[in-house]
Amino acid sequence: MRNNNVMGILFPNMHDEALSALTSSRPFGSVPFGGRYRLIDFTLSNLVNAGISKVGIVTQDNYQSLMDHIGSGKSWDLSRKNEGLYFLPPVAMSDELYAGRVASLTGIRPFFRNSKEEYVILSDCHVVGNIDYDKILDAHRESGADITVACKHGDVPRLNDNLLLWMQEDGRVNDIMLGNCPAGECDYGLGIYIMRKDFLIRMLDAAVSRNHMNFDRDILLRHIDDVKIYGYRVPEYTAVISSPGSFFRANMDLLKPEVRAALFPAQRPIYTKVRDAAPAVYGLHASVTNSLVADGCFIEGEVHNSIIFRDVRIARDTHIENSIVMQGAIICEKTSLNCAVLDKDVVIKASRNLSGAEGYPIFIDKGTVV
Amino acid sequence: MFRKQECVAMLLAGGQGSRLYALTRNLAKPAVPYGGKYRIIDFPLSNCVNSGIETVGVLTQYQPLVLNDYIGSGQPWDLDRMDAGVHVLPPYQGKKGADWYKGTANAIYQNMAFIERYSPEYVLVLSGDHIYKMDYSKMIEEHKKNNADCTIAVIEVEMSEASRFGILNTNPDGSIYEFDEKPAHPKSNLASMGIYVFNWEKLRRYLTEDENDPKSSNDFGKNVLPAMLNAGERMYAYRFSGYWKDVGTIDSLWEANMDLLNPKVPLDLSVPDWKIYSRNPGLPPHFVGEGAEVQNSMISEGSNIYGKVDFSVIFSGVTVEQGAEVRDSILMPGARVMAGAKVQYAIVAENAVVGEGATVGSRPEETEKIEDWGVAVVASGVRIGRGCVVPPKGMVDSDIPDAQ
Repeated sequence: MRNNNVMGILFPNMHDEALSALTSSRPFGSVPFGGRYRLIDFTLSNLVNAGISKVGIVTQDNYQSLMDHIGSGKSWDLSRKNEGLYFLPPVAMSDELYAGRVASLTGIRPFFRNSKEEYVILSDCHVVGNIDYDKILDAHRESGADITVACKHGDVPRLNDNLLLWMQEDGRVNDIMLGNCPAGECDYGLGIYIMRKDFLIRMLDAAVSRNHMNFDRDILLRHIDDVKIYGYRVPEYTAVISSPGSFFRANMDLLKPEVRAALFPAQRPIYTKVRDAAPAVYGLHASVTNSLVADGCFIEGEVHNSIIFRDVRIARDTHIENSIVMQGAIICEKTSLNCAVLDKDVVIKASRNLSGAEGYPIFIDKGTVV
Repeated sequence: MFRKQECVAMLLAGGQGSRLYALTRNLAKPAVPYGGKYRIIDFPLSNCVNSGIETVGVLTQYQPLVLNDYIGSGQPWDLDRMDAGVHVLPPYQGKKGADWYKGTANAIYQNMAFIERYSPEYVLVLSGDHIYKMDYSKMIEEHKKNNADCTIAVIEVEMSEASRFGILNTNPDGSIYEFDEKPAHPKSNLASMGIYVFNWEKLRRYLTEDENDPKSSNDFGKNVLPAMLNAGERMYAYRFSGYWKDVGTIDSLWEANMDLLNPKVPLDLSVPDWKIYSRNPGLPPHFVGEGAEVQNSMISEGSNIYGKVDFSVIFSGVTVEQGAEVRDSILMPGARVMAGAKVQYAIVAENAVVGEGATVGSRPEETEKIEDWGVAVVASGVRIGRGCVVPPKGMVDSDIPDAQ
């Protein structure tokens, strides 16, 4: 059933700095992932799979690649007459680009004003997961919370702006810590917040009038006693992309069947832009094991423990191991790659050898010819 | 009010494809899967779009459910348009009663109202039976240049094979003087590809005349085209060179798939400026497991390969388990080959299962009498039990229980 009463607001630029090697020419949300996806596909698909068909995407200055990927939203079934997809670029009137969540949300007040939905889901795009948002909404309504924060229990991601929560048994948050906290297991926020729209607007107005511009600090932490904040532990598999290393590991995790089963269940597909590439072709000398290979590839070499995106050509006498090769790469004869992440359209000329180290992969910029 | 379209395409997609037997039990021939991620109809539809033809009527009749679903709004082909676009046209009930499409010409006749709304100059008649990439705009260009009433696309076939086709005999300027349907002694090797361009004014007249002739079987090849030729209309052949294959039989469907693995065959689906579009199942990239061996094959998204795959075309969502062996075969969407099973020279249709240790098909050199050899077929959704054997040329359309 369509979830008419809920709208989604996505922040594809949040955490850009955590993955600077891949975000110099694109926002975090359009970082390629898992052979054929962009990170934003997971959040968008989760919203759509929960029947939410009004989604606003708050962009900053570098949204070309995102616009190109998402287009009218057709691939997510969001090209609709009623509601659908809205790009929300910075308004010209503001002095500077949206600095953070509070400023961005204030900038899109007209969008809220014109929306009849009762609830809002705010979400960043740095979490890979197939998360049932319906369940979070149910939990939010049942607990009577003012705001529900989706969280996960475990090792704290290496982000500078973590939100750490301490909850009572019923899920009510009674303590919050912010920032780069000491390692160890605890509940950390996934950048997904659910609340009533009018509550959000009230809190925003109050914060902005006092020049309080940090969402976690000024709307959550500051009001921990007078606002009912609840945590919801997401039961599904999630991978938080918080560093080059975690990006690499989250990709490699896809080689595990149980992770693929968790991320790509038949009933809740992850949608992405369709490119109509022909199926992958394996040549006479191809030797591929424990790898994920997308359509449009032509493989004649050796590939192990790797993620190969669409339209990649791998010549014979090549040896590719523990690597991520993004769309459109050309890998010539007699090369070897180990622990490398190739951004889009990289060319590796014949007889080159590139190797990173485990836990410290080398990143090759988009369009580089090596 | 519909905007005028210079050319409207009418795609005859009602055929049963009876020579594909078990594969067309539940779907019309144009919906038969081909080439790892396509269905046959993707080729004429994509050719239309790539040729700039924006209005396509698809005439359905036999088992239309899969085909209707597949075409949907036409979005995968960019044919979800405001008033142009793709339109599925089933037979319907009218004031004078209801009629199935009696023949190819009658199917168009019954949908004249659809064509009229666009007041086209030309109507392009296509079939959903062939695999080929063709720029119809060039054919229409030549039709105009010849000031023709009808242009028929032809392809040169081997003289020895010509008696299997409808042959056109032409003058040096390309004008047609004779049709020869499956001639015992062919005079030329120009075979009709079943692709026609008509001036709509002329076609409308001949369709109406044909309909009023009670003796006619209302077929383009048998009735309408000969009638036009006898009346002295300007009919021309348009020569096409390139890959073109009828996939009307099990053997030719199997061959046409295998052609994709042969670099010498001029059918390249990866050319970016003439893409073949298809409805996408939205699955993750395919996975090739530890211990898998994949060579000389085509593999589509969402498949999981843990066994050995050689010279095969693997569609989306297929599973080949550890220790299974698939050679010279086609595994259609969702098929599953379980551990230790062996599939050779076979077509395993959608969602069929080959149980543990079962054998489907065999290599020609391993078959005692070569006349007993042929491609084996497992129909969609059928389960071949553990340890069972499906002989070459075998055709299984119901479950086989586990062997004792």
